[in-house]
Amino acid sequence: MINVATVTAEKFEAPGPGIFDLPGIAGSEITKPMVQLVLAAILVFGFLFVAARRRALVPGKLQFAGEGAYGFVRNSVARDIIGGHDFQKFVPYLVTVFFFILVNNLFASIPFIQFPTFSRASMAYALAGMSWLVYNAVGVAKHGPLGYLKLQSVPSGVSPAMYPLLVPLEFFSNILVRPVTLALRLFCNMFAGHILLVLFATGGLYLIETASPVNVVAGSLAWVLAIAISFLEILVQFLQAYVFTLLNAMYIQGALADEH
Amino acid sequence: MKSLFVILASEGGHEPSPLAVEWIEVVIALVVFGILFFAIWKFVAPNFEKTFTERSAAIEGGLAAAETKQAEADAKLAELEAQLADARHEAARIREEAREQGAAIIAEMREQAQAESTRIVEHGKAQIEAERQQAVTSLRAEVGSLATSLAGRIVGESLDDDARQGRVVERFLAELETGTPGAN
Repeated sequence: MINVATVTAEKFEAPGPGIFDLPGIAGSEITKPMVQLVLAAILVFGFLFVAARRRALVPGKLQFAGEGAYGFVRNSVARDIIGGHDFQKFVPYLVTVFFFILVNNLFASIPFIQFPTFSRASMAYALAGMSWLVYNAVGVAKHGPLGYLKLQSVPSGVSPAMYPLLVPLEFFSNILVRPVTLALRLFCNMFAGHILLVLFATGGLYLIETASPVNVVAGSLAWVLAIAISFLEILVQFLQAYVFTLLNAMYIQGALADEH
Repeated sequence: MKSLFVILASEGGHEPSPLAVEWIEVVIALVVFGILFFAIWKFVAPNFEKTFTERSAAIEGGLAAAETKQAEADAKLAELEAQLADARHEAARIREEAREQGAAIIAEMREQAQAESTRIVEHGKAQIEAERQQAVTSLRAEVGSLATSLAGRIVGESLDDDARQGRVVERFLAELETGTPGAN
């Protein structure tokens, strides 16, 4: 096997960051992930709009599914975290965040698309930057600029002697780090999942093509693993969409809180 | 970490860093997200919220109506039960009264019958006594004359033989039976 590995290492080119640089479609500047963004928006809106339109008191299947999807974000994210009277106005935002990210992530596992939109870091940056703007704007609108800065940087229930140490730390973690972690968490999960799948798929193909019995077995095993990882990836795709939405809700709640 | 630095550093090379900012993608993502948010905020969320409100109102209205109906039914049931209890009470009272009346009637009847029977017995006794008295008086009146009449006959006939004596007695008795007093 060592022999095989050294031999193949020369010929097999492992998938790298380059696989995420897709060329523009038909020579234009428009790339596949850009199209996916639009497609995801159309799918999300189409589904929710059609499901919401009938407004029957006893819902049909489609309306029931739409209400379940909308109600999931509305009740178990927005209402449970932001709470009682404030949550309603953030529901459309959180619903959009969740389903937009979810569908874009699921594109990685849908045949013939098979590319996670947010493995393009810039798109994750965009959503994270927007989240940063939203929760800070909500906080500033409620507490005023100085009040909000104090809320996010000065921890309550701590003796003022600790302020020199804690205030920069709190500011750093609440204002500066949050958008970075939001973006990187989403991007890295999508990026790593996709590269792993590509590695298993192309590596397996390469091994099977060598036609040596041992390699064929190893290659088939790699494909089996690729299928298993695909299912794991679907879970990760859902979880990342959920975590992104959940953190958005928590940041908004923290910005609205009277003290933290 | 090393690989991350390598990736970051490789921006200048032929393979751009995956972490590099592509402004066109940032803008497109924001624009698409913004449009989707607007569409959901405008066309989806209000519909769902209205449906939820209407549904909970309908359910609450239904529950309230059911509660009113239930209360009405309870009141009706209580009323009917009260009426039933009244009726039972009334029936028991009437039955009791009837029994008392019946007992009184029986007692009265028995008393009357007793009195009647006593009266009849008394009357019978009195009659018997009277008849007995009458019999005694008439007997007392007749015994003397009968005895003298019989004695006279016995003496009048010669009492020499038993056959004659027997005939005399038989004739006397026959006379007595026919009611014709014997010739003195």
